[in-house]
Amino acid sequence: MSVWAAHHWYAFVLAFKRLAGAPLGNLLSIIVIGIAFSLPAGVYVLLENLQAFSAQVSGAPQLSLFLKLDADSDEVAKIGARLKEHPQVASFEFISRESALEQLKQDSGLADLVDGLERNPLPDAFVINARSLSPATLKGLRAELQKWPRIEHIQLDSAWAKRLDALINLGRLAVLMLAALLSFALVAVTFNTIRLQILTKRDEIEVSKLIGATNGFIRRPFLYFGAIQGMAGGVAAWLIISLGIHLIDDDLRNLTRLYAVDLSLYHLSPEDSLTLLLFSACLGWVGAWLSVANHLWQIEPN
Amino acid sequence: MISFNQVCKRYPNGFNALRNIGFTLEAGEMALITGHSGAGKSTLLRLIAAIERPTSGSIIVNGQNVSALKSGAIPFLRRNLGLVFQDQKILFDRTVFDNVLLPLQISGFDSRAATGRVRAALDKVGLLDREKTRPITLSGGEQQRLCIARAIVNRPSILIADEPTSNLDADYAKDIMTMFKSFHQVGVTVLIATHDVELLGGTPLRIFSLNHGELTI
Repeated sequence: MSVWAAHHWYAFVLAFKRLAGAPLGNLLSIIVIGIAFSLPAGVYVLLENLQAFSAQVSGAPQLSLFLKLDADSDEVAKIGARLKEHPQVASFEFISRESALEQLKQDSGLADLVDGLERNPLPDAFVINARSLSPATLKGLRAELQKWPRIEHIQLDSAWAKRLDALINLGRLAVLMLAALLSFALVAVTFNTIRLQILTKRDEIEVSKLIGATNGFIRRPFLYFGAIQGMAGGVAAWLIISLGIHLIDDDLRNLTRLYAVDLSLYHLSPEDSLTLLLFSACLGWVGAWLSVANHLWQIEPN
Repeated sequence: MISFNQVCKRYPNGFNALRNIGFTLEAGEMALITGHSGAGKSTLLRLIAAIERPTSGSIIVNGQNVSALKSGAIPFLRRNLGLVFQDQKILFDRTVFDNVLLPLQISGFDSRAATGRVRAALDKVGLLDREKTRPITLSGGEQQRLCIARAIVNRPSILIADEPTSNLDADYAKDIMTMFKSFHQVGVTVLIATHDVELLGGTPLRIFSLNHGELTI
């Protein structure tokens, strides 16, 4: 074993011994870090789920084209033919005003009310799937179709999906801000833990310096300690989120089933989990480094 | 080899601890530094280990100019010195064995080679059967021997001890001095500060007498 490996192994083992040496205090620190990290990570998981859900429900955006109420069947057929030839239209479905009324009766449970209507208030409609899904082409297509005769109104169905997207983006920003703030918290927690440790290890540090320890040798166990504690905090956050998902999932599934949607929550992906752990380990390391850099020079043997 | 040349140490409060010290201790020599308390014995030893820096003059240890050493090189200088401190500096939160192991961990020994060396050092000072005990259970003389074991475990070429017998009764003190002599006999350079000249027991040794910071021989 090389000197380098021996030194790192020594520091690593020492860091673990120090962790185990004060189990309660260190466990509390780890839980604090875990709770702090579970907030942004939890919101992130929620957003990921929301986005997966929105993709699942909305699918590709569609254009709904409503004709004027007094459009007759010839005009309807003419529009159908024009749509068929339009290069931007991938496919379309015609929904006659009669079938629309029938569907409303069945789906909404307002059959009595619908029966009481004097005349059918619904227009004929085409539901169009465009070839391109980019918002710009969809808008262009909508503007073009709007100019055709006998068209009352065109609705872009992706509007609500877009709103959801915007909302999710806003949420992402919140997650980033939350993560940045709580990262400071993690650095601060580690900084203080290490500061206390340096104070209690004062004798050891002094003697080590006297018998030839380099600053790196003294610094290393503290850095390992910070990184290990940070990573353990990351694991705690991961477990907290797991627990949360486990508790919520069943109830949520029951709820969404009432709305005829099958929704179950996903946990962090393996990549995201790894990122979480590495990130928390790095922050712990940074906190330890700052603390060591600040306090170690104060301990000079005399 | 330790060589002092016109070394002065003046503390910031204006106190002159050492004045114009010059001597050379050849490799393998053994010497005592004596003097009243406050004469500068400890300061002189601390200058050798670069725990303090001289105000002027040069100190050569094993061919290195300690007074001009960069702080990054100091740890490596100290690894070649065996230091026995006046206040012992034993770590009471670990066993006797682990106390002696520390210098080897600092030098980066792998654990098997280190274990052998620690046992050898403990054997030399007669503490091998106490390796698993805590230092707090050792007597004063045994604690001093523990310090010596820690100082020699790295097999340094120079051994420096500051008042190693100060808190011991005469028999223990004699033991310790015999031990230092045995290291001297195997070629280690030994320098001991003590106020107790009677410990010599008639052996001819070089003696540096310090009086208010000046050498008087």
